[in-house]
This record gives sequence, structure tokens and C-alpha cells, in this order.
Amino acid sequence: MKTKKILMTGNEAMAQGALDAGCTFYAGYPITPQNELTAYLSLHMHTQGRVFIQAESELAAVNMVFGASAAGVRAMTSSSSPGVSLKQEGISYIAGAELPSVIINVMRGGPGLGNIWPSQADYFQATRGGGHGDYRCIVIAPSSVQEAYDSMFLAFDLADKYRNPALVLADGILGQMMEPMQNHKARKPQSRKVNKPWALTGCIGRKPNIVKSFYMREGDLEKFNLKLQRKYKNISAKEQRYESINTDDAKIIIVAYGSMARIAKAAMNRLRDKGKKVGLIRPITLWPFPEKIFSQITKPQSHKVKFLVVEMSYGQMVEDVKLSVCGKSKVEFLGRSGGGVPTEEEIAKAVLRIR
Amino acid sequence: MEKIFAHPKSLRNISTHYCAGCGHGIAHRLIAEVIDGLGIRERVIAVAPVGCAVIAYDYWDFDCSEAAHGRALAVATAIKRVRPDNIVFTYQGDGDLAAIGTNETIHAANRGENLTVIFINNAIYGMTGGQMAPTTLLEQKTATTPFGRDVKYHGHPLKISEMLALLPGVKYIERTSLDSPQGVLKTKQAIKQAFQNQIDNIGFSLVEILSPCPTYWGMKPEAALEWIKDVMSKEFPLGRIK
Repeated sequence: MKTKKILMTGNEAMAQGALDAGCTFYAGYPITPQNELTAYLSLHMHTQGRVFIQAESELAAVNMVFGASAAGVRAMTSSSSPGVSLKQEGISYIAGAELPSVIINVMRGGPGLGNIWPSQADYFQATRGGGHGDYRCIVIAPSSVQEAYDSMFLAFDLADKYRNPALVLADGILGQMMEPMQNHKARKPQSRKVNKPWALTGCIGRKPNIVKSFYMREGDLEKFNLKLQRKYKNISAKEQRYESINTDDAKIIIVAYGSMARIAKAAMNRLRDKGKKVGLIRPITLWPFPEKIFSQITKPQSHKVKFLVVEMSYGQMVEDVKLSVCGKSKVEFLGRSGGGVPTEEEIAKAVLRIR
Repeated sequence: MEKIFAHPKSLRNISTHYCAGCGHGIAHRLIAEVIDGLGIRERVIAVAPVGCAVIAYDYWDFDCSEAAHGRALAVATAIKRVRPDNIVFTYQGDGDLAAIGTNETIHAANRGENLTVIFINNAIYGMTGGQMAPTTLLEQKTATTPFGRDVKYHGHPLKISEMLALLPGVKYIERTSLDSPQGVLKTKQAIKQAFQNQIDNIGFSLVEILSPCPTYWGMKPEAALEWIKDVMSKEFPLGRIK
């Protein structure tokens, strides 16, 4: 059977992906450039008998997601940078209560109110925790409308598997641009039923469940935090995802994620056409950061490779690349922010400048 | 002989961390008695606040969620929406419900969420050491109003129940007091009504309970009860508000 492709914006694709992945609860608050996502869900959640709430604030929205996740259903909120800052309180509580929730950030310019142009300046906030306390979110960075759709399945699955908040980190370009994509309706939908014996359902025939992140007795919080650390170590070992192109013979490897990687790929192809040995690594999970591929590439002494990290920020992911190559390779950086997007030409020039 | 008084099944038989003369223990027990009486223990999902009652879930014996400070009604909204057959209630202090959580409170009420809200008004922040609450009375001395609450600097005590009563989504609001055995019985009746309303799908129901905090009022427990009767209930009149 030939499957039909449909034309969608990234925002709509993420909304449809959430629906197809079994998202039962959504709460959100208007903010550009992710409004299409909320509007799409306001229609489809309603017609499919699921819960959609336009919340009074980002704080309320993320805490509603806390409640719905505590009650055992797949729940999600979405926003853009300033709104995601507001959500950090709830994300910290979700991490502390080990609830599986999904949060989308369609990044825009900052700091402050910034602007509504695309940006990748929330990388630190996303990958380092963002709110208070020692915690991590699983962070997935799609690079196309198709991948934006697919990311929702991965985000919900990983959130459930590890009882952890999962963030889908997109940007204004990806949210707004339209591309043909294929939904999973043609495929047999996987069973999304996950056993959640900890969920709040009413204590029929069992002892009461308590969902909390509060450990007052001496030593209890330290013990709990160590348990979280073991979980994060496990996620780090098992869930690193990336795409690598032309890295086998590359002398210079461009590192970029999200829509930035699309432009970086075009620059790589242009340089390859001119005979330059240039490759690309596109991290798909930003946390856990795909450090293994970097140590793999930098291991053989004979194969000296240099890296150019390209971001829509003034240098955030570049720190993870440096940590991953551990001083064994030169790491250069090209970045623009506040709405500036490094162009194909700028990237190509930056590659050629590397000595 | 028929047994007419016992330890409620919905309340664990352990001692609480509350100060001598505090009203929380009484309120916890009344809720447990009402839940037992209505036979809904296995349907209940409670949302505990941040404040002195933060570990209410250690005392109640039914499903319970924590909520960030002020967010109880956002958490409760979602639980009730995805599990409409469960009985969902929040238990919140004055700081939680009427200061940091005012937005969540007003909007949950305005949406007419079918929830039960138990609002403990003791005119002070107890857990953090007795600071001024939105409901602190004029001239009342607290850790952050050493000269007494002054209307010039702090405004008037916030009457959130009267404010909420203006909203069409709100179906029932009653203010009661724990200052006397009669007050305790009236409080239990009001709590029962607020739960019954949810069972009957009537909508947003709130009971505001004037509750003593002898420790941070700087009074003996008996004097604290007198103060509710003589002073606090003049500012916050008892009875059915809506």
C-alpha cells in the first residue's frame, strides 16, 4: 500500500505525533512561535475525547501536566523560551516526583522577552536541568518535520520507560516550516499501555499511593538523589542518539543539531563537491549527549580530525563537544543568536578557515 | 451495642507533627470522618499543599499527590479531568491558596472545576516561621509585620472566599471555624456538603476554615480560640457565602 504524504508545519506535526503517541492530556498557554501546536490540539484532543486545557499561565499548565502524569496518563505541555523558563518550577517537581511527562520548547530569541525569531539559546537550560536541584531531562532535538512527528513517540516512550521528564527541543524554524511527512496511521500502532502501579487512581484493593518529591528525614533525600543519579547514568549509557554523515574520511566534522543541522548539511555537501573532506555529526539526543561517537572518532591517533560546532547561540553545545573530545581534537565554534542564523556560506567559510 | 465513635479508617493512627493547639489535626480528622461516612476512601485523590500541612499524605490513608506551592488547584484540575470518577480535593493554607496560588485558585474556580477545596485560614505563614499572610488581620504582629499589619503598606486582609463567590462557576462556599465544639461540628457539615457536591457533579465547592495557630499568634491554645471568636471572625464572618 502506498502511504500518502501530508504537508504540515513542525508545530502541527508535533501535535499530531503527540496524538498518535497516545497523549491523553494537554495544557498550554499561548506564545509565539508555537501557537499552531496548541490550536491544533484544541481541536483534535476535543474531538477524540481527550483533555485539552488552555491554562491561565505556563505555571498552571506545567503543574496540570504534573497532575495528569501523577494520575497515570500520557500528558504534555508546550511553549517557547520565556514560557519554558516559567515551566522550570514544574519540571523540577516532575523530575523530583519521577513522573513521565513531555514538554516541548519551540525556542525563540532571548534573554528576556527577546524576540520571536528562531534560536538555540536554551540548550543549557534544557540539558543541565533548568530548574532547581540535581536532575536531568531527556532532551530530543528533531531536525525535520518528519522527525518532529517521530520525536513525540520517542519522547513519550522514554519518559514512561524511565519515569522522567522528556523535552523535545525544537526552534522557531522547525515549528513554522512546512514539509511533507508521513504519519504512523499506516503502520500498526504499537501498544502504548504502560503499567503504572505508582499512579494515583484511588486505592481500590491496594495501599494508598503518594506522588511526591519531598524527603525531610535526614539522609532520605541524599538516598533518593543517588537513585536518580543511577537512573541518569543508565539513560546516558543506553539512549545516546545521533546521525553521522561522511565522518569516516572527514578531516573536519561539523557538529550541529535541530534545524541548524539542515543548513550545516548543505554546507557540508557544498564543500564535499569541492573535494573537501568534511563530515557532519548531528546529535539527536542532547541529553544524554552522544559523547560515545566523539570518543570513537578521536580515539585513533592516525586520524586527526577537527570539529566545527555551529549553533544559533553564542556557544552552548560546544561545551559538550569539548567535554566529549577531551582535548584530543581542536574544537572551533561558529554561532549567531538573537534571531541570527548562520548561513550555508558562513559555515563553509568557517570550515575553510580551520587550519 | 452500636459503635458510634471510632478512629476514622481514612486517618492513619500515628501522631502528627503539628504544634499544640493547632487546627490542622482537627481539620485532617474531619475530612477523614467525612470520607469514611460517604464511603469514598478508595475513590479519593487528595492534593496536599506546601505549608504546615505539606505531609498531610503521611496522615491520611488514601491516594495523595503533592503540589508545588500554590499549584494545588492546577494539579487537582488535571487529575479530576483525566479521572472524573475519582473524588479529588485540595487542602490549602492561606498563603498557598490566596497569595502564591491566587491565579490557579481563581481560574480553577472560574472554569467551574468539579473539585472540593478545603481552605485553612489561620492568618499566618506557619511553616516558615509566622510571616504575614494575605489574610493577616490589620494590626496583627507577625515576623514580617513587627509593627502590626498596616493598611498603608500591606493593604487589607484578602477575602478570597467572597471574591470567588462572584464567579458563576463556583457553586458552594462556606466559612466555618474550629473555635468551639459547635464550630467543629458545623465545619464537618460543611466539608460533607463540599464533598457531596462533587459526588453529585454540582461543581466547585470550597470550605474556608478559620483555624488556630497559637504558636505564631503568640497565644495559649485557649486564647487562640477566643481570638478567632472575638477578633478573627469579625473580619471573616462565618456562614454560607454562596
